[in-house]
Amino acid sequence: MITIKNLHAKVEGKEILKGVNLQVNAGEIHAIMGPNGSGKSTLANVLAGHEGYEVTAGEVIFEGKDLIDMPPEDRAREGLFLAFQYPVEIPGITNTVFLQTAINEIRKYRGLPELGAKEFLDLMREKSKILNIDSSLISRSVNVGFSGGEKKKNEIFQLLMIDPKLAILDETDSGLDIDALKIVAKGINVFHNDKNAVIVVTHYQRLLDYIVPDFVHVLYDGKIIKSGDKNLALQLEKEGYDQLIKEAAEIEA
Amino acid sequence: MANSNKPNIKDKYIKDFELFESKLNGQSKSYLHSLRKTAIEKFKSAEFPTLKDEEWRYTNVKPILQSEFIPAANAGEITPSAGEAEKHLYTGFDYYKLVFVNGIFQPALSDIDGITGNAIVSNLGSLKEPELQKLKTHMESIGDSDNAFNILNKAFSVDGAVIFLPDNFILDKPVQILYLTGNEKSEILSSPRNLIVAGKNSQAKIIINYQPLFDVKYFTNVVTDVFTDENAIIDFYKIQNESEKAFHIDKIDITQKGKSVVSNFSLSFGGALVRNDINVLLDDEYIENHLYGLYLATGTQHVDNHTFIDHAKPNCESNELYKGILDEKARGIFSGKILVRKDAQKTNAFQSNKSVLLSDSATVDAKPQLEIYADDVKCSHGATVGQLDMTAYFYILSRGIPADLAKSMLIRAFANDVIEPIKIAALKEQLNHQILQHLHSKDF
Repeated sequence: MITIKNLHAKVEGKEILKGVNLQVNAGEIHAIMGPNGSGKSTLANVLAGHEGYEVTAGEVIFEGKDLIDMPPEDRAREGLFLAFQYPVEIPGITNTVFLQTAINEIRKYRGLPELGAKEFLDLMREKSKILNIDSSLISRSVNVGFSGGEKKKNEIFQLLMIDPKLAILDETDSGLDIDALKIVAKGINVFHNDKNAVIVVTHYQRLLDYIVPDFVHVLYDGKIIKSGDKNLALQLEKEGYDQLIKEAAEIEA
Repeated sequence: MANSNKPNIKDKYIKDFELFESKLNGQSKSYLHSLRKTAIEKFKSAEFPTLKDEEWRYTNVKPILQSEFIPAANAGEITPSAGEAEKHLYTGFDYYKLVFVNGIFQPALSDIDGITGNAIVSNLGSLKEPELQKLKTHMESIGDSDNAFNILNKAFSVDGAVIFLPDNFILDKPVQILYLTGNEKSEILSSPRNLIVAGKNSQAKIIINYQPLFDVKYFTNVVTDVFTDENAIIDFYKIQNESEKAFHIDKIDITQKGKSVVSNFSLSFGGALVRNDINVLLDDEYIENHLYGLYLATGTQHVDNHTFIDHAKPNCESNELYKGILDEKARGIFSGKILVRKDAQKTNAFQSNKSVLLSDSATVDAKPQLEIYADDVKCSHGATVGQLDMTAYFYILSRGIPADLAKSMLIRAFANDVIEPIKIAALKEQLNHQILQHLHSKDF
């Protein structure tokens, strides 16, 4: 699905990613963990094509296509989706208009006919049920007046509506209470199948109780310093990052 | 001001007045003409503002003074077809319609059927003596706030929209006043003089829509007076869509009495050089005033918004929100003064001005001024200038939405708190569309 090789990226002149390598195949769930400032969100934003990040070396191949010079809207149309850590409010633009525009732009790009109003509304109804989203929320402006939890739910709602090939979830679990966390996890599990893939960027293990990863990677100082299966996350939860970081430093030295 | 080959522009307008007067015949003795004569006398000693005037330091009116506009009353009349007029109207809702061409009323294009009682929805030129009597107190004098342009308006004002609501009168539909301006043969000076008088407990929604008849150079020089008596509720939507070659100078004076509520929208899209003055006098207690402004400018457009709110009495509230979106080499100015007089205790006065610059060459000057002489008040003001929110831009792009549409959505989002309070849904819808269109078409 996606192959990341030796990825280096800078933000405001400072190198944040210092050679990330990652291979994600269809059907897999990968968790990227790491302490604050390790470059997790940078990685998510670089993959989605944020202008503020400059890729200085390396390559990213998504479904056979080089992503590095591709504008963010084309990445989305190719099937990449980023659930934002801080979803943005867009006053005056309703969720309905926003999603219908997005979905139809993606469909146009892929040579598919646009979704009609009825098909679209049916789809909205079906997906909102999964997340227990109130229909009044859907007719409101994008994220305006939403609580933190509602915003995160809305990201997963967009994920279900757009149905991409690769979902990158940037700290989707942060700021959620346990009930909201369960609903968000349910949405992700409904989305996931053997044809798509999920990269979960998270600080904590707790989301991984509900979304079981096939692989867990630890990102530290712009590099993946350790990879393992779901047990690595449990180990981190118990022991913290310090021991791993020490080991990595020793290897480096 | 004028070079040596040209006559002084003031002399030109004084001569124009003499020509206008010589053609008046019987009407030269009328009450309205006596007002015009007072104005032209005053005009003789008035000076046009220059950059040295504090209130005009950002706006150079030379381009207006270097042109020799012909007052509409002295130019040949043109009558567009009903279809032509229709194209310029906001539609999708019921309204009374007053149409003016170069500032002169067009009865054939207007529709005020159904106005009942003692209400007046009409034009200045056709008012009869008893109607004038009712309005006299509101239209006599040249005020302190009148500059040479405003006085010039009053000298040449042969027509304009007049709305008079008797006590307890609630207008069942909005009034849409359409000013179509421009003449292919000559550069026209249009001088509309609008008067809105709302009696106690009366209500109305009024739209003034300035549009070009031809895409040519002309000069719209307007004065609008609004009076609201106790408990009146007036929504006033001024939408300036002039030709890109046109000059537009507009002064709106609003005087409110107790517990009245005025929501004034000033939406500016067109014009080469635009100056909007709004002066509000809160002349009683428990008054509410809302000033909403939106200005979109591109190319070399120059849009200057000046507002002045005079809190003269206690317990009033004013809310002011102005937003500007400036692209290419456009220039925007916002100057907002709030005066809270000594007696005006328990005043709430809030002002906010935000601008977005879409290009490196666009500029904006913001000048908020609070002058407070009372001690028990809540006042605040804030001005920000920025670019479009790049995080929000990325968010929209990341959903597969193309760049131009993403920018349009952000501009719409930025304008939202000015547009959202518009109470006529179909008008709001069309303005939304216009905001997207306006900048979209410029390929920003």
